[in-house]
Amino acid sequence: MKINIAHLIRIVRHGWKNIWLHKLRSFLTVLGIVFGVASVIAMLAIGEGASYEARKMIESLGSNNIIIKSVKLPADAKSQQVSFLGVYGLTDRDLRKLETIPSVVRIIPAWEMEDDVWYYEKNISARVVGTLPDYKEIMNLSIKTGRFFDYTDLQNATPVAVIGSTVRTSLFPAEDPIGKTIKIKSSYFTIIGIAGEKIFTGASESFVAEDMNIAVYIPLTTTKLFFGEYEVKRGTGGFQSWERNWVQYHKFIIQVSETDKILTTASLISDILSQTHKKQDYQIIVPLELLRQAERTKRIFNIVLGSIAAISLIVGGIGIMNIMLAIVTERTREIGIRRAVGAKRRDIINQFLTESIILSASGGFIGILLGIAIPKAVTKFAGMMTLITPWSILLSFSISVAVGITFGLYPARKAAGLDPIQALRYE
Amino acid sequence: MNHNNSIVKFENVVKVYHLGGIELPVLRGVSCEIQKGEHVAIMGPSGSGKTTMLNIMGCLDTVTSGKYFLEGKDISTLDDDQLSEIRSKKIGFIFQSYNLIPQLTVLENIEMPLFYQQVDEEKTREKAIELARMVGLGDRIKHRPSELSGGQQQRVAIARALMNDPILILADEPTGNLDSVSGKEIMKLLCELNEKGTTLIVVTHDPNVAKYSGRILKMLDGRISDEN
Repeated sequence: MKINIAHLIRIVRHGWKNIWLHKLRSFLTVLGIVFGVASVIAMLAIGEGASYEARKMIESLGSNNIIIKSVKLPADAKSQQVSFLGVYGLTDRDLRKLETIPSVVRIIPAWEMEDDVWYYEKNISARVVGTLPDYKEIMNLSIKTGRFFDYTDLQNATPVAVIGSTVRTSLFPAEDPIGKTIKIKSSYFTIIGIAGEKIFTGASESFVAEDMNIAVYIPLTTTKLFFGEYEVKRGTGGFQSWERNWVQYHKFIIQVSETDKILTTASLISDILSQTHKKQDYQIIVPLELLRQAERTKRIFNIVLGSIAAISLIVGGIGIMNIMLAIVTERTREIGIRRAVGAKRRDIINQFLTESIILSASGGFIGILLGIAIPKAVTKFAGMMTLITPWSILLSFSISVAVGITFGLYPARKAAGLDPIQALRYE
Repeated sequence: MNHNNSIVKFENVVKVYHLGGIELPVLRGVSCEIQKGEHVAIMGPSGSGKTTMLNIMGCLDTVTSGKYFLEGKDISTLDDDQLSEIRSKKIGFIFQSYNLIPQLTVLENIEMPLFYQQVDEEKTREKAIELARMVGLGDRIKHRPSELSGGQQQRVAIARALMNDPILILADEPTGNLDSVSGKEIMKLLCELNEKGTTLIVVTHDPNVAKYSGRILKMLDGRISDEN
């Protein structure tokens, strides 16, 4: 059978006319499809956005890395109401031991402290990180201007600093920070570089990441020389409640040779550390695991919202079927007339199927517009990142057309199956 | 008469309807022949089977047994699609209640038969306008059927029936819903068509309508009771 495009266009035009004749009824009929399609697009956009964010975050930690953090146990916190020197966390001994694991390529230790960073009158509370030059590479840190410190700086314990982008904008809104001097506690540091901006959202803060944009990087030897290995935390109740802890390293960033070996390496690390750290004052973070967890979460999210969308599309489809059945009854006589002047069963099927597809496709179209608007609103008002992918629009539009075909077929067949003589007599 | 001139030929046609398990014979063996160009009226009381006969002639209905030849071709064995094809190309129907589609304009109603032949839109339109003029409704083509009088609606139906240049026009009580003046006009129009050569078969119980015809078949209880 040849397909006559001009004829097809005429069929669609006729169908559209009939639907337009009952605007309100048609609009109410397609509401289910509208919401179904809109929720498919919105759900995919929110899911994609969240997973994109998580992926970026975790990738910034390095998917081939394992991170160990020193953790201060809550039991210690109680006993330190009065000035008391606590000892916890990772040590040089741990570093040496862990370096012997064959699958470990290198370990970059970091010492950290939260403190005010001053430039004349301006200040910002930032994370001061003392580490090795390799930190830049292992954490995928980019340098926008200037340079990161090198091994010469490390050897000489030079007082230099690399600042994050947020530190830069709050201390040097209008100036070039390179070569300027900032003050931390009572020491001065010369800025030699500015780190590029890193994606950060509060969402996953709790378990892994710190905002790398509010950080100041200093050679590890320099921090040891200037600040020692103590951390001082300000309490709420004056000097008496200040905490002083002796911490050698706050963090190890461990690079593993192959992705396959990450999990076994992580359990080896856990074995080694548990021997010397009877109290578990450390936490092992495996970004790859977190990545997988994020993917799992996204999958569950998609299944749940996908079922909601599926239900509303089915309900929408049933709505269309219902109205199409009513239309077929309403136009029984018309069907008889059309058959009498020579319409084949196929022509009648085409006519009514076209109408139901036009109905569901226009519902799909409105749904797409709504589905694009919802994620935009979510981004604007909830601050969540959303990502509308072209294939999600294509998918949901195809679904709406498929709904039209599926739920329009039965009424169309019913129309075509009518006996022309009976149909002509129908009042 | 030349055998090749036969347009409708019934051979012992029987039609039985099944209504809820009950067999209802409507035609009980009808044989007749109608020649090309004839104007035949089928008369009879209601329930005599005249409309069923017309429906079979128009390929809307099929025979239970017996044979029906249209232009010498046996069509008792054709399927639904083939019957639709014949209706589309050879038959023009005119009904008592006009049977126009209310949401379409006069022009769109007239155009409909060619829509299913997938004739070019432009040509269809030209022909429909021409036919509308012929039936005297050239200035009403944009109107809906509900805006026309009964006589005008039946004219639209006649124009629609002529759209596919039928060899056979079948009219079922074409004046049944009309006043006598409009009825006369419609019959005049139909007779004109017949004079131009189209075979015309009219089902009626009105002797005033039947008198226009050249031959009257009288039906009674599913049989032809009289012919003159």
